[in-house]
Amino acid sequence: MLRPPGGYAEIMNDHPLIPDAMEASLARYIWRHTKAQQVWILAIVLLSMPTYFLALDLPKRIVNGPIQGRGFETPDATQNFMTITLPYTDIVLFDGVELTRMGALALLCAMFLTLVCVNGLFKFYINTYKGRLGERMLRRLRYELVDRVLRFPIPQFRKLKASEVSTMVKDEVEPLGGFIGDAFVLPVFLGGQAITALGFILVQNLWLGGLAAGIVIVQAVFIPRLRRILIKLAKQRQLSARQLSGRVGEIVEGISSVRTNDTSNWERSELASRLGKIFLIRYEYYQKKFFIKFINNFLAQFTPFLFYSVGGYLAIRGNLDIGQLVAVIAAYKDLPSPVKELIDWDQQRVDVQVKYSQVTEQFGVDNMVDAKLQMPDKARIESLDGRIEVSNLAVMDDSGAKLIEHASYSGAINEKVAIVGGVNSGAETFVDVLARLIPASSGSIQINGRQLSSLPEAITGRRIGYAGSDGFLPQSSLEDSIIYTLRHAPLRPHVDQSPEDEHKHALERRETKLSGNTPLEYSDDWIDYESAGVSNEDELTQHILKLLKFVELDNDVHDLGLLAIVDAEEFPELADSILEARRKMRDKLEESGMSAHVESFDPETYNAEATIGENLFFGRPIGREFADAAAYNHPYASRILKDTGLDAKLYAMGIEIARTMHELFADLSPDDPLFDQFSFFRPEEMGNYQGALSRHGETGFDAAPGDIRAMFLKLPFSYSEPKHRFGLMTEDLRQAIVDARHAFRDNYPEDLKGAIAFYDPDAYNNASSVEDNVIFGRIASGIAEAPERIRALVLEILAGMGLDDTIRRAGLYFDIGAGGKRLSHAQRQKISIVRAVVKQPDLLIMNRALGGLDPRMQKTLLERIIADATGSDGKAPYGLLWVVSQPQLAELFDRVLVFKDGSLVEDGKPGELKAKGGHFARIVA
Amino acid sequence: MSSIMDEVDLLRRVPLFSQIDTAKLKLLALASERLRYAPGQVVMRQGDTGDAAFVIINGEAEVVIHNAHEEQVVAHLGRNDIVGEIAILCDVPRTATIRASGDLDVLKITKDRFIRLLSDFPAVSIGVMRVLADRLARTTQELYSAQAELAAKG
Repeated sequence: MLRPPGGYAEIMNDHPLIPDAMEASLARYIWRHTKAQQVWILAIVLLSMPTYFLALDLPKRIVNGPIQGRGFETPDATQNFMTITLPYTDIVLFDGVELTRMGALALLCAMFLTLVCVNGLFKFYINTYKGRLGERMLRRLRYELVDRVLRFPIPQFRKLKASEVSTMVKDEVEPLGGFIGDAFVLPVFLGGQAITALGFILVQNLWLGGLAAGIVIVQAVFIPRLRRILIKLAKQRQLSARQLSGRVGEIVEGISSVRTNDTSNWERSELASRLGKIFLIRYEYYQKKFFIKFINNFLAQFTPFLFYSVGGYLAIRGNLDIGQLVAVIAAYKDLPSPVKELIDWDQQRVDVQVKYSQVTEQFGVDNMVDAKLQMPDKARIESLDGRIEVSNLAVMDDSGAKLIEHASYSGAINEKVAIVGGVNSGAETFVDVLARLIPASSGSIQINGRQLSSLPEAITGRRIGYAGSDGFLPQSSLEDSIIYTLRHAPLRPHVDQSPEDEHKHALERRETKLSGNTPLEYSDDWIDYESAGVSNEDELTQHILKLLKFVELDNDVHDLGLLAIVDAEEFPELADSILEARRKMRDKLEESGMSAHVESFDPETYNAEATIGENLFFGRPIGREFADAAAYNHPYASRILKDTGLDAKLYAMGIEIARTMHELFADLSPDDPLFDQFSFFRPEEMGNYQGALSRHGETGFDAAPGDIRAMFLKLPFSYSEPKHRFGLMTEDLRQAIVDARHAFRDNYPEDLKGAIAFYDPDAYNNASSVEDNVIFGRIASGIAEAPERIRALVLEILAGMGLDDTIRRAGLYFDIGAGGKRLSHAQRQKISIVRAVVKQPDLLIMNRALGGLDPRMQKTLLERIIADATGSDGKAPYGLLWVVSQPQLAELFDRVLVFKDGSLVEDGKPGELKAKGGHFARIVA
Repeated sequence: MSSIMDEVDLLRRVPLFSQIDTAKLKLLALASERLRYAPGQVVMRQGDTGDAAFVIINGEAEVVIHNAHEEQVVAHLGRNDIVGEIAILCDVPRTATIRASGDLDVLKITKDRFIRLLSDFPAVSIGVMRVLADRLARTTQELYSAQAELAAKG
């Protein structure tokens, strides 16, 4: 366990408060966060320069000196190397080493190698440093962007497309990473080089130097002007790409309306037109870009032209010394490269600045939630009590239409209030304002004497529960989706298991800090048990199971539990009981003479009810390696098939299957369900197989080409005799498959571990559902009602062992799918309610949260929740603000608010309102 | 485990299918499910919706009608009989319960497959019509005698 000395308090202080406004200039943004590093990298670059130039210079000295023999005119001549003299004087500090020609060669070559290494190391260090700098900045930028999304005012989300936001955060800022390391170093460095070369030319000849400088200035002025068009195009390009990803996201989310309305071609055409526009923008961009390049190159070559013509003219006229001209031209050769690179750098700068500002524009939103209101708070939040005071509330939507006007309300927080009103009556808006999902346009809302808008989210988010009608749930396990509402701050640090972990963790923490991310650690335990009224994980699970029963989800969860695929290591208790249940199942089948109903998985015998593939691998695929029809093709599987000689046998069988299929199905219409039932291949593949049969039907395995082998070899893998009844299984083949099964299992390579969960009669199978683990075999076909009987038996055994709660706990592992879509709408709504009540709020806001349930269920749950809120279970009572879908239900509450056309028209006890004979009386009548 | 050819032989012996050629019989056999029922087990239940017809391959079954409180065995079925086709053809609930009276082997033909069979083979359609017509004639006869009996009782 590793913590900074200050512990949690310090971590909370390190939590960065991201400013609302984004820095408009990328350069300033980079400089603000990396100035020290930029200076450092510049220093290192400068430090690397001397060795760099020495390395360039050395080859010349090697050639001129030892190799060509300058200074070694006689065989025993020697020279002094590395003589050091005091600069600007003749005082010799070090006489140097006296070396012969061979010795000099050896020394210079050794120096060359050393310099090459040193240069390489410099380069390595500089590039790594720059890369890390860029990645840190990228991380900071992305973090800050999403931080702002978390604080966007809710109405903003009506204008946002999720996929556009994600493409901005992910793709559009990506090129910035590569630029950040070079943002300052490169221009300084290249500029320095260019100025040096220019200075040298100027010293040689003022005239020619002036010419060269003039052209560079023309480039510096002219090119950026040309670039402006480019910038405009770059903006368009980026916007159109973003919109494209927005549209693609929309297609995915709206696929059901595409399919049910035959609008796929409308979508295609829209897509094609969009891609066409993008193409034209990009094409124009390239044209302009390469035109500018052309101008640039032209200007670069224009200078030598001037040198040759003007310089030559001056030299011929005798105004210029030829030696000077040659020196100038030589120096100029060094000039274009830094200038060209500088121009490239500038191009990149323009690109990323455009990208950056296009992104920041979208993220600089007005009325963002104050970062302070979202400060992490580890402390226990006091219960809300006192009153809700709403006075003169008015709410307008984006277009200025009034949703609510002049609504005033005063009531105790723990009052049970029903809100009645049709769509657009203002009822839903009213509770959404109290839940802070819609901002009030004017008026004041106070809770317990404090303005709602100034309350930290730590208070409202923990003490107020909210369930809406949409029931959207992010993808996770069922349990995690419920616990989600209990994760507000890291409460208990996680424990590093080993020194390596500790080390890694320390590194992660340092990097987090350097990138300005939040130090709150994801791997800590964030679950606030106390606020759920429990003290540990087990109690919480029990509590959640109770709540699921409370909303009548316990049977659903039991069913999910039977289907759940649970890792035995995560839930060892389940695995043990299920193994026990498996044994009981065996005995029970035996006792009741139903043994034939299930063909168990036995490593030593062929399971007739399973396919050949399953018999061979004898397990369930976990990863993709052995899943589906491609399993036969896996290199390891192929090797085993080959070694055991099973490949030839299965190939022959494949030919037989194709033949039988052809014989039986040739005249069958392609939409006949039999094709699906047999599932060897799709009807349109029939022709392929027919062709392959006529060409290779008699070829035999050894002579068959690879693709033909694959074609036929894959067929038997999905064959099972009881299902297909082609009469192709022989005792010999069964034995061969069982033998191959053993070979496959015995030589199974370590690196494929985790790709298959093998069937083992004495072990829980991690890739099979709980129910399949109990049955541990295939239900026999051909016995009437066998699946129903077996299912009933499984349920009976599990119930008899008192495992129903354990099974429900397994159900909590169920993956609810993207957006919770693997659950029904009603189930999602019930889960939303559990989410809202598990944190034991002081006020529960229900915004038509039961709409998806049948009326009887709605009434049952409503009655239950009211009883719970009254404190019937010895718990603290809590308040309810409930927009009811059926007005009659409002009579069960203490108080009713009736909304009509944006106004609060009636407010009082349900009985009184009914007696008074106003709106409410009419609605419920 | 019986192979497809055994089933084809069995099917061929059912008069209804006797005129179908071997290839089509194979298809029919493949498409249908062979099921074994233990004595007393219910093949279909009166009032349920029907999704399949059954051909008895082996053994015997009884046709049971449930009234308000009692049940009455109205007929016995044996090898090669076809049953359950009414619910398929006219989308009405099962008119009677079929129960295995001993070990019973049946071939279950799904609604979809059965209708395909009828449209592909006029001979089968006629065969089914004949079965239905027979039953209708018998029922009419029984109704007639029942009415006569009632009239006699006064």
